Amino acid sequence: MNAEQKPAPSQWQPGVTPDEVMHRHGMIGKPVSRLDGPLKVAGKARFAAEVPYEHLAHAALVHSSIARGRISELKTEAARAAPGVILVLTYQNMPRLQNPPLFGSAPKAVGASTLPVMQNEHITWNGQPVALVLAETHEQAEYAASLIEVRYDVLPAKTDFDAAKRQARAPDTILGEPPAIEIGDAEANLQAAAFKVDATYRTPRYNHNAIELHAATVAWQGDELTVHDATQMLNGTAWTIAQLFGIDEKNVRVLSPYVGGGFGGKALWDHQILAIAAARLAQRPVRIVLSRASVFRIVGGRTTTEQRVALGATQDGQLTALIHTGVAAMTPYNACPEQFSFPARHLYATQALKVAQQVADMDMMVNTFMRAPGESIGTFALESAIDELAGQMQLCPIELRRRIEPSKDPVSGLPFSSRHLLEAYQRGAERFGWDQRNPVPRSRRDGEWLIGMGVATATYPYYRMPGAAARIKLTNDGHLTVSIAAHEMGMGTATAQSQHVAERFGLPLEQVTFELGDTTLAAGSLAGGSSQTASIAAAVIAAGEQLIDQLLMLATGDSPLAGFKRDQVEAINGGLAVRGDTTRAETYAAILQRAGRTALQCEAPAPEPAELQHYSMHSFGAQFCEVKVSAITGEVRVTRFLGSFDTGRILNPKTAASQFRGGIVMGIGLALTEATEFDPRSGRIMNPSLAEYHVPVHLDVPEIDVMWTDIADPHSPIGARGIGEIGITGVGAAIANAVYNATGKRIRDLPITLDKLL
Amino acid sequence: MNPFSYERATDAASAIRLANATAATRYLGGGTNLVDLMREHIEQPEVLVDVTPLAQTIEVRADGSMLIGAAVKNTALASDAHVRQAFPLLSRAILAGASAQIRNMATVAGNILQRTRCTYFYDEAARCNKRKPGCGCDALQGFNRYHAILGASDDCVATHPSDLCVALVALDAVVHLQGAAGSRSLPLTELHRLPGAHPEHETELQPHELITAIEIPALAFAGHSAYRKVRDRSSYAFALVSVAAALDVDAQGRVRDVRLALGGVAHKPWRASKAEAVLRGQAATEATFLAAADAELAAARGLRDNGFKIELARRTIVAVLQQLTEARA
Repeated sequence: MNAEQKPAPSQWQPGVTPDEVMHRHGMIGKPVSRLDGPLKVAGKARFAAEVPYEHLAHAALVHSSIARGRISELKTEAARAAPGVILVLTYQNMPRLQNPPLFGSAPKAVGASTLPVMQNEHITWNGQPVALVLAETHEQAEYAASLIEVRYDVLPAKTDFDAAKRQARAPDTILGEPPAIEIGDAEANLQAAAFKVDATYRTPRYNHNAIELHAATVAWQGDELTVHDATQMLNGTAWTIAQLFGIDEKNVRVLSPYVGGGFGGKALWDHQILAIAAARLAQRPVRIVLSRASVFRIVGGRTTTEQRVALGATQDGQLTALIHTGVAAMTPYNACPEQFSFPARHLYATQALKVAQQVADMDMMVNTFMRAPGESIGTFALESAIDELAGQMQLCPIELRRRIEPSKDPVSGLPFSSRHLLEAYQRGAERFGWDQRNPVPRSRRDGEWLIGMGVATATYPYYRMPGAAARIKLTNDGHLTVSIAAHEMGMGTATAQSQHVAERFGLPLEQVTFELGDTTLAAGSLAGGSSQTASIAAAVIAAGEQLIDQLLMLATGDSPLAGFKRDQVEAINGGLAVRGDTTRAETYAAILQRAGRTALQCEAPAPEPAELQHYSMHSFGAQFCEVKVSAITGEVRVTRFLGSFDTGRILNPKTAASQFRGGIVMGIGLALTEATEFDPRSGRIMNPSLAEYHVPVHLDVPEIDVMWTDIADPHSPIGARGIGEIGITGVGAAIANAVYNATGKRIRDLPITLDKLL
Repeated sequence: MNPFSYERATDAASAIRLANATAATRYLGGGTNLVDLMREHIEQPEVLVDVTPLAQTIEVRADGSMLIGAAVKNTALASDAHVRQAFPLLSRAILAGASAQIRNMATVAGNILQRTRCTYFYDEAARCNKRKPGCGCDALQGFNRYHAILGASDDCVATHPSDLCVALVALDAVVHLQGAAGSRSLPLTELHRLPGAHPEHETELQPHELITAIEIPALAFAGHSAYRKVRDRSSYAFALVSVAAALDVDAQGRVRDVRLALGGVAHKPWRASKAEAVLRGQAATEATFLAAADAELAAARGLRDNGFKIELARRTIVAVLQQLTEARA
């Protein structure tokens, strides 16, 4: 009997046997429109700031105007007396909380820093919340907040990166990787090299500007807390809040079915914690919606860096030295060292390698993850330098990359799981018309406009986060629901996973539901590191195998499946069939109905990401662009862009194209228009608005062409690697390289504003 | 934003009467700048007097001159057929500003009276002599990419952010005013002040004096005009430098007449009178244009971040004059 048999081994063993579904072509690979599209255009998708509650109170924040010191006086009387005010929260009446467990310090710790949240009079950054006002309306809260007067004893602060970097330190780790690696003697090889480039690249601070402002609606019921949040880390938020408030994690429910853009910024910041504390004190449900300026003040961004890239090459274009070192601004309270040296660890073959990252402690809002942290600006430096080297060698920059393509990972020595960078280059070059590029700078012109082309490598690691599980419910009408506390920040999670689930279980899309966005579902992993698709898929594989085992246990007696084991059947046509003999089949509905069952349910966690121990796993791409630069004003316009990617299997070409394009648009901002004005005298951000912080407008963005190899990675679930972040990588360098080709000017300092080209 | 009361004027007289009832009154046009300033607590009026019901008409006279009601929306003015034909630089200047949504709301008088976008002016945590006279200016040694290269003082280096006004000063526009003491008119070039020691006084308006209309005199050659705005992104950014110009070149290739104004360079829309003086009567050549630009910019001074604007203004002036000359040829 089946019941007495041991379950068959998993068909997908990470790092050993591939997931066979990666080769199925049906629902996977179809350009299915977003399932939540109609809800969103009708305004029916309810975001965190829109959840209704009776007796809802509204919160507003007061921010510090100094970077470091102590609050010496707080005048809150006028605010307390203002119309509609329910509560003024300051360090004096704030409930005593534990300090946040820092992101990465425990499996579900997502604290942005270890700093106490409004627990004392100390100020550690300019913009720190010093008071929260709760009132009957948002307008009343905002007005009362403006009446609060705060005086400070000011202490000297480190707010100047140029000064801080002189005391830079090596962090203990760069997200689990060593901060420095040396293979061979790169400096000596550089000195001796036939061709060499040795340059310093600078990147500014950038801030998160998702369309949806950070918001939360929170409510206590006794000891039970509900948080409607805009987050990309549901389970981590619930656990971390539980630690802060000293309550049981089970009593914290976090919901986030829709997020209006994440990019790494939709995390646990002070505003949710303060709103939860205020709700407890006031015994009212509370809504907090940050102003755009508050997003700049209390949500971290991409930090500023100074990077050195040095390359030494032989006459025939082999690298003898690759050096990538530098400093990023950080604080002593967080753990985001901006891993700009990661691309150099995996991209190119070199005789000697030296990477070393340092951090410079500053008194500032803690920096954080922002779309391809590290890789976005690291590839700007590295890929600019590669272009400089190719120029010096009078070699096509694509040909140079062909000559330094590694056969295995340059640091770990592991084989690549799947690497088709050169194919991406070749196909991209053909479609873009790379052969029309004149290698001589400043040689193409159209009236006042100088025209140039540039190219750069895109790369981003494959991650699969631990912690995800999947719950599957199959009902006797043959409908299958997968539930995971997963995240939908606009990228199409539910759509792509519905396609995946339909394919894996042999069901039409209408017979599948993918539930997400709620910690009462099976645990999800955080939506970061472009890892969610693979992390979810691994959990679905594990739970799906349990489901099939359960179904086969029910398929007894006269069932055509009786006696077969999991590895002898496949999911097809709304049920299971014997491999190689699809006439021996039974639908899910029939199996359940015969057994008199209305539903089956199971839940299983994803296996550990063992594939990463066997293979070096990364995504790749080639970014091509054409720019025109005014010879009069120095204005730069991107006129054409093509991204050619190698990111494993593409589940949904429609949502994938949007992800790639969105990354490229953000890369145009990184290269040309965006920069946070952090005043080194005060540590204050001076352009905290969309009027003064320049994200690209439509007119700055040309039509963007994207293409992909669609070669399944044999070692990731569904053959897919993440695609959310790679789009921004390489864009800065591709544009800088094109600007060089157009003008003959090498800009190593982002953003490339017109004054640098006059 | 502080609590305030809202009054709606029916005509200029009622607006002035309502405004004079309390000192802390502001006239409300489209609100696209004032409401922002209220949100930032920079402006804290107790009463808003809505003047948008006033004077929404555009009158074109037989001689080609225009009288534009103060509450005419920017979009309406930019799309007016006579403006587009007789004063294309004005239409282009308006369309180079803000966004379509803002232009649909913003009024002509509101545009003229909008306040600087200096980020230190906007931030209560910073020192600003406009907000708090005598406290000092954090922009002087701070982020001042968008700041003045002409006519600035040690007390204020802010710029007037308007595009529309740059075209209007080039066209010798006159503002019609009405106040408690009666009506008067003033050339637009004389409405805004340079900062000097009192950057808090931005215009020559008397308390609660109201702009009722803007008059543009006829200028036959303004049909041949241009507006070029140079900025940090393609749209929805203030000018680093902008140039409004109308050029009249005679059959011998000499400059018969010219109107030239600059934006993004000073505390007021900058009429380039020195450059005009160099241009008039001279051959319309690059050398003349350079000499004119240099004459205007001889007094320009750069700050930490904006020194490039002197060269940028020079190049843009020359490019616009060359464009108008070539288009003529």
